[in-house]
Amino acid sequence: MLSLVGDHVKRGIYEIQVGAQLTAGSFRALFSGAPNRRDVIEQMDTLGAGSFGIVALTGLFAGMAMGLQFSVELGVYGAKGYLGRVVTVSIIRELGPVLTALMMAGRVCSGIASELGSMKIGRQVDALRVMGFDPVAKLVMPRMLAVFLMLPVLTLLADALAIVGGYGVGYVLAGIDTTTYWSAVDQGLTVENLTGGIVKPFVFAVVIGAVGCASGLLSSGGTRGVGRATTEAVVKASILILVSNFVVGYLVMKALGWA
Amino acid sequence: MIEFDAVDFTYPGGGQVLFDVRLQVPAGTTLALLGASGSGKTTLLHVLLGLLKPQGGRVLVDGVDIVPLSEKNLRPVRRRMGVVFQDGALFDSLTVGENVSFLIRESMRLPEEEIERRTLSQLDYVGLADTLDLMPDELSGGMRRRVAVARAMAAADPAIMVYDEPTSGLDPITADTICDLVRKVSEEKGLTSVIVTHRLRDAFKVADRIALFKEGRVHFFGDREELFALEDPYVQRFLA
Repeated sequence: MLSLVGDHVKRGIYEIQVGAQLTAGSFRALFSGAPNRRDVIEQMDTLGAGSFGIVALTGLFAGMAMGLQFSVELGVYGAKGYLGRVVTVSIIRELGPVLTALMMAGRVCSGIASELGSMKIGRQVDALRVMGFDPVAKLVMPRMLAVFLMLPVLTLLADALAIVGGYGVGYVLAGIDTTTYWSAVDQGLTVENLTGGIVKPFVFAVVIGAVGCASGLLSSGGTRGVGRATTEAVVKASILILVSNFVVGYLVMKALGWA
Repeated sequence: MIEFDAVDFTYPGGGQVLFDVRLQVPAGTTLALLGASGSGKTTLLHVLLGLLKPQGGRVLVDGVDIVPLSEKNLRPVRRRMGVVFQDGALFDSLTVGENVSFLIRESMRLPEEEIERRTLSQLDYVGLADTLDLMPDELSGGMRRRVAVARAMAAADPAIMVYDEPTSGLDPITADTICDLVRKVSEEKGLTSVIVTHRLRDAFKVADRIALFKEGRVHFFGDREELFALEDPYVQRFLA
């Protein structure tokens, strides 16, 4: 039993090491030569633009749910007018980045892991190496860069739609008028609140890219191994997103003098 | 010229797979690595490609020992090699044409017309000019190997061709077609070739010399006639 736990710990440390190496290798590849624009744009389209729909729906319904819950609770204290502010702050600081990243972990991280895993099992990664290409520069860097550039954009989209969703529910179900809601939103849109919301997606993007690529490139054991790597990638990325959300949130609050 | 000099290899956490392997492949000749499954022949091929680092010995490619070379320094050596993996290892998200033109497109700055001309010329050479726009999963096993040969040759005219079980899983007629292609490539282009196979028939058809592996060791190294003349029980069992 102890040796089994030990093996899992060793494996976990090894995967973190590989993820860190791939991230460092991607940065090196990015700055040591012009990245292949076609590869990066293709990945931005597949991983980023292809996620617009699910991220938009996630943001919209998260905002609607928050609008519904908070309008009732704030109503108890006669503070329905603060709904816009409460929704905005919660979404921008926490829920927007985290929900978007979790959706991307499910869609993108699994996609990267399965694609790279299949390429590894099918010896396509070896084929690239023997053709004289660096698989990190050719396969990992475009994916990591695409996620890094697209996740903040998707987070902003989710934030915006969540605030709109909160407004819809507040207006229709709680009877909050338009001016009151949007003035409250404006109060919530401060530099301090936006800081954490902007920093987090970049950190989550590195987590999603590194976990997806490392899981795919470390997969073994045929198609079954690729399936296992894909599932594990989503689980690991989700956990790391939640952990790093707390850490980054704490550091940002500390920097702002709030903690 | 390729030379394996006292090569030992052990997989991490596993047993030793190669023991003191010593082989020479003179320029312009073809060596077949023959042996049962798990005898170490594919491992030796991966050592030649620099995908695995042996714990002992040297692997000389045109006089350069590739064992101590870093991944970066291996790239120029690898660019002179054309490799055909088992089942082709074609990039399954690219068309046949894109697979064949991949290396040309990525490593040379050529006009699109020239890339297309070279791609078609390579596909024509392997008899598959009409598959340009097909996806790899639309091809049969034999066709995938032939496209892989075209891809391997499409770059800057490789000096060395390496084949990893190019006929495995194919019917005898298709396997013969692949062997004919391997022979044709070696002879017409004057290439040094190494082919891994467990089929005696393929080895006889394509190779000038044969290395028979048994449990990670070179059990026999010579030509076809010498192999037939050998009264060794393992060889006789293999020939039977």
